[in-house]
Amino acid sequence: MAFVPSERDLVSAEREDAQRHSLDRSPYVSDRIAKTTCYMCACRCGIDVHLRDGKVRYIEGNRDHPINRGVLCAKGSAGIMQHYSPARLRAPLLRTGPRGSGEFKEISWDEALALAVSWLKPVRETNPCKLAFFTGRDQSQSLTSWWAQQFGTPNYAAHGGFCSVNMAAAGIYTLGGAFWEFGSPDWDKTKYFMLFGIAEDHDSNPLKLGLAKLKRRGVKTVAVNPVRTGYNAVADEWVGITPGTDGLFVLALAHELMRSGEVDVDFLIRYSNAPWLVVCDEGKDGHGLFARDADGKALILDRATGALRAFDALDAKPALKGAVTLPDGRTARPVFELLAEHLLLAEHSPDAVAERCGIPAATIRRIAAELAHTAFREEIIVEQPWTDLRGVRHERFIGRPVSFHAMRGISAHSNGFQTCRALHVLQLLLGSVDCPGGFRFKPPYPKGIDAHARPHHAWSPNAPLSGPHLGFPRGPEDLAIDADGQPTRIDKAFSWDAPLAAHGMMHMVISNAHARDPYGIDVLFLYMANMAWNSSMNTAGVMAMLADKDESGDYVIPKIIYSDAYSSEMVAYADLVLPDTTYLERHDCISLLDRPISEPDAAGDAIRWPVIEPDREVRGFQSVLIDLGARLKLPGFTDADGKAVYKDYADYIVNHQRRPGVGPLSGWRGNGCETGRGAPNPGQLDRYIANGGFSTTHVPESARYFKAFNADYQQWAIGMGFFDAVVPYAYQLYLEPLAKFRLTAQGFGERQPPDHLRDRIAKSFDPLPVWYPPFEGELDGGFPLHAITQRPAAMYHAWGSQNAWLRQIHGKNPLYVPGIVCDEHDLRDGDWVWLTSRHGRIKVPVARMDAVNGRTVWTWNAIGKRKGAWALSPDAPEATKGFLLNHLIGELMPEQPDGMRWSNSDPITGQAAWYDLRVRLEKAAPEDASEPAFPELDSPVPEGPYQVAYGKEWT
Amino acid sequence: MTTLPSATRKKLGLVIDLDTCVGCHACVVACKEWNTGGYGAPLSDQDAYGASPSGAWLNRVHSFEITPAATRCKGGQGPAQSAQIVHFPKSCLHCDDAPCVTVCPTGASYKRAEDGIVLVDESMCIGCGLCAWACPYGAREMDAAAGVMKKCTLCVDRIYNDNIPEPDQVPACVRACPASARHFGDLGDPGSAVSKLVAERGGVDLMPEQGTRPVNKYLPPRAKADIDIDGNFRLAELAMPEATGFLGWLDRALERLG
Repeated sequence: MAFVPSERDLVSAEREDAQRHSLDRSPYVSDRIAKTTCYMCACRCGIDVHLRDGKVRYIEGNRDHPINRGVLCAKGSAGIMQHYSPARLRAPLLRTGPRGSGEFKEISWDEALALAVSWLKPVRETNPCKLAFFTGRDQSQSLTSWWAQQFGTPNYAAHGGFCSVNMAAAGIYTLGGAFWEFGSPDWDKTKYFMLFGIAEDHDSNPLKLGLAKLKRRGVKTVAVNPVRTGYNAVADEWVGITPGTDGLFVLALAHELMRSGEVDVDFLIRYSNAPWLVVCDEGKDGHGLFARDADGKALILDRATGALRAFDALDAKPALKGAVTLPDGRTARPVFELLAEHLLLAEHSPDAVAERCGIPAATIRRIAAELAHTAFREEIIVEQPWTDLRGVRHERFIGRPVSFHAMRGISAHSNGFQTCRALHVLQLLLGSVDCPGGFRFKPPYPKGIDAHARPHHAWSPNAPLSGPHLGFPRGPEDLAIDADGQPTRIDKAFSWDAPLAAHGMMHMVISNAHARDPYGIDVLFLYMANMAWNSSMNTAGVMAMLADKDESGDYVIPKIIYSDAYSSEMVAYADLVLPDTTYLERHDCISLLDRPISEPDAAGDAIRWPVIEPDREVRGFQSVLIDLGARLKLPGFTDADGKAVYKDYADYIVNHQRRPGVGPLSGWRGNGCETGRGAPNPGQLDRYIANGGFSTTHVPESARYFKAFNADYQQWAIGMGFFDAVVPYAYQLYLEPLAKFRLTAQGFGERQPPDHLRDRIAKSFDPLPVWYPPFEGELDGGFPLHAITQRPAAMYHAWGSQNAWLRQIHGKNPLYVPGIVCDEHDLRDGDWVWLTSRHGRIKVPVARMDAVNGRTVWTWNAIGKRKGAWALSPDAPEATKGFLLNHLIGELMPEQPDGMRWSNSDPITGQAAWYDLRVRLEKAAPEDASEPAFPELDSPVPEGPYQVAYGKEWT
Repeated sequence: MTTLPSATRKKLGLVIDLDTCVGCHACVVACKEWNTGGYGAPLSDQDAYGASPSGAWLNRVHSFEITPAATRCKGGQGPAQSAQIVHFPKSCLHCDDAPCVTVCPTGASYKRAEDGIVLVDESMCIGCGLCAWACPYGAREMDAAAGVMKKCTLCVDRIYNDNIPEPDQVPACVRACPASARHFGDLGDPGSAVSKLVAERGGVDLMPEQGTRPVNKYLPPRAKADIDIDGNFRLAELAMPEATGFLGWLDRALERLG
């Protein structure tokens, strides 16, 4: 019945429209486009900032940028509201009222910097340990760590310890890199994708772009998460797992593969330590370590000749099973046999784990079958000859097209390191690491453990630290402890509490400094970390510690310096506030020395540059740090005459050289034609700006897969300056450093753990991937529910509720309660409950939800704000009904029978165990406001305006 | 009362893929950002930092939970396997029989003959709000500062704009969407990419019983493969039939490697 209009009718109607209504179809848009890098979260997308009349007209994604390919998320588009936020600090602040009151006066930068120097200088001259310098979600750790190293304090780390260090460390130790910045699924070729513990974050746009590709190709996506929102909502299959049991689920998948022989034996022999011989000498020193030859090389058994050979012997045919007697009479067995025996234990069978995981055994068996089918029956081949490090030429790359991605959900548990290990071992069994269709590394990764630093902590007055703070211990010899076995770091990272704390333990700094355990400090210096609110466990306790005074009336933590761009809760607890710029007003570099923006086929780095000049007395924190370095006359920041080496951060980005020819940025070095290595180029930033704010260098075709073992890749990487020589390694199914720590717990070796930690080290430091129950769940009963948080996509890693647009999307956070629990407790939407943990009690509003694990309650994280912060009015819903689960989570576990209290962290890495939380709930009387409530802070900035009508001058 | 054109030359509109939308609100904010400095009055926000913030938005995402009654979760047995979240972006659907246009007393609301876009000519709008009442989708929002009715313009100031590079001449929401869940084109042309997509995926009208004949189409979520499928695919069938005993398969696997 299609009605076909006549051309005459259409022309007449169009003419009528034009006569009646004036419409400018081609209005003026912007004066210029500045291409820089977003900072509304941690993704680092490229953005085109359209500027008009000196203001931001709008921001859109940069189509050429490798991270976001032109798209932009809600936060990125809301950047205007963040940039013009009323919560922006306006000048340096000096505290005038008591700590925590929020009473300040504005002072000049000269005063502020002189004051900071007067606090820091004596510390450096006497005992640099008295400075604790910790940074939050910043992306300049290559500078901040170097500054701390030159200052000489051992007390430095960034926020990884309370974020996802389990994922990062397990990945580095096992594969030489983990997910996100280290590598990503092969979105274009994978045929089966599993997502573990990802809410709507880490990372944001690349995951959405990738999932869209999978949808277009009809690739099955399985989402493993207690909550079915965001990516989990669109996945083909949702596995609503019980929190803290991911490791058990993964081990059951591995059990099934091992049982049925669906294992890539060829891959494991070539690339992993599967054939390496492990000394089996139970109860004796050396048990569990690799059998080695006189050169220290791990040994394998040649199944053709029965001879012991070095693992890299070219002509050997390594055995994967069978005990051998070593020349010294001890017995040794291949890693693979130990692993197989371990995985095949009945406790790892689907039937044994189903109830605990909340996943039917049949589902586990089916997913294992799907993984095996896809990996081995649907292998893909890339016809591209390549040469491995042994000089053997291969005609093609063979791919096992199953891929995985995981992040905080599996890692923020006290069993997180072993869980992440288990997932990487599963990837290895399937042969799907760094191959076509699998998980693929991004340059400069992979980097095996031997290419990484060990942690350094030796200090002396007026001198730099002995080396970089953070690294990867190989054994007890690398612990940061003194002659008495006591921690040398304020956060106790790399101590017996958390031997492999590769990212430090920021969540323990304030608690330990307050307890003066292991010692007191003089200055706490924090950047961009809201430790007085959502970034701390036991938030109320931490606020009290920050404001606590000793018997002489002095603050227990004597001086606090804080830098932030906004009026966050932490500002109120600082003595001196150094106001930072917004992301559109600053220089930054997203560096290959730090956390770059590479893709599997290209190395990439990027900059931010001031596309708008600040209209306040604010300075980019990194420039301030460089200024402080010069004023303190730190090595590297001053020359022989004591003059400042760098004018500001931009100058540092261009001219700093970490090693000769290798600096923060890889592009346009030397005369502008050199990449990776080359002399500093004064025009480098201009070249970046002209190129859209970033640089990419493509990996040669023959170097794109099996990078750790690919001769062309290794040569290319050396040319790029990632390292200076080939460092061969094998994927570590079996982790010898853990065996070394286990031996200490059994009484072997000079360095011995304190007795109260022996059991847990013996149990958790298993060199094979194991699962043990999250610590909190093992305590007395009475807390039947799990409680977790996730960030909404529109606020993941974003800085605050002061964003006038985003707070209309997520201004409240109810506690989502499974339908079954609602029915048990007679709860309806909008009812209030008391939620109680071993640590605390909060009163919160609830909402019913069925798409959630039946034993798990959850809420959006960091929506709740304290009254007086973020330039919000005190009756803002974020401050009245919003709440934090943090109040329920202790930074310490309840007392043990021996009177000791463990940190609420993974015993291996010290990762904050946020998601171990167990709670019970009771219905409460109807309420208007959540509890606990805290006194209103005095705001150093005026409350925001009633009305926003952005863009009025252009409409 | 305002009359609708008897037909339009094109039917420009959006195709929104509910199978792919992750509910991230990227389209929502990109829309606000472009349009607050674009066509007509800004999209203002009241009580922007206060107790009840509210503003004018031309596009919103609603999230719904769908829980078939028979499959509610059982205690100790994990989640309700069939409970799903569906994210539902909603903006003006540029209806062929747009009741918001015919109800307009001043002629401010109109449907363009050229491309079918429904617009509000703000110079003629008296802010009476009748159109918002008439729209069954709730797709129009009054701007509290300017007192005029705001609605999706399909970025009419982008899609023909010579100041914008050709690939970017699409609505801001489509340009931003990270999940490729939004598509823009001429739904009056059966050969267009969007029309083909609708045909392939069984695109549907929103609330067809309202008789508004919306131009925008929604692609329904595909059936999720997560119930009653266990048992259809077993590893035992894949395993080498001769595999017996502790790693019985291993020697044969190694033999094959040579």
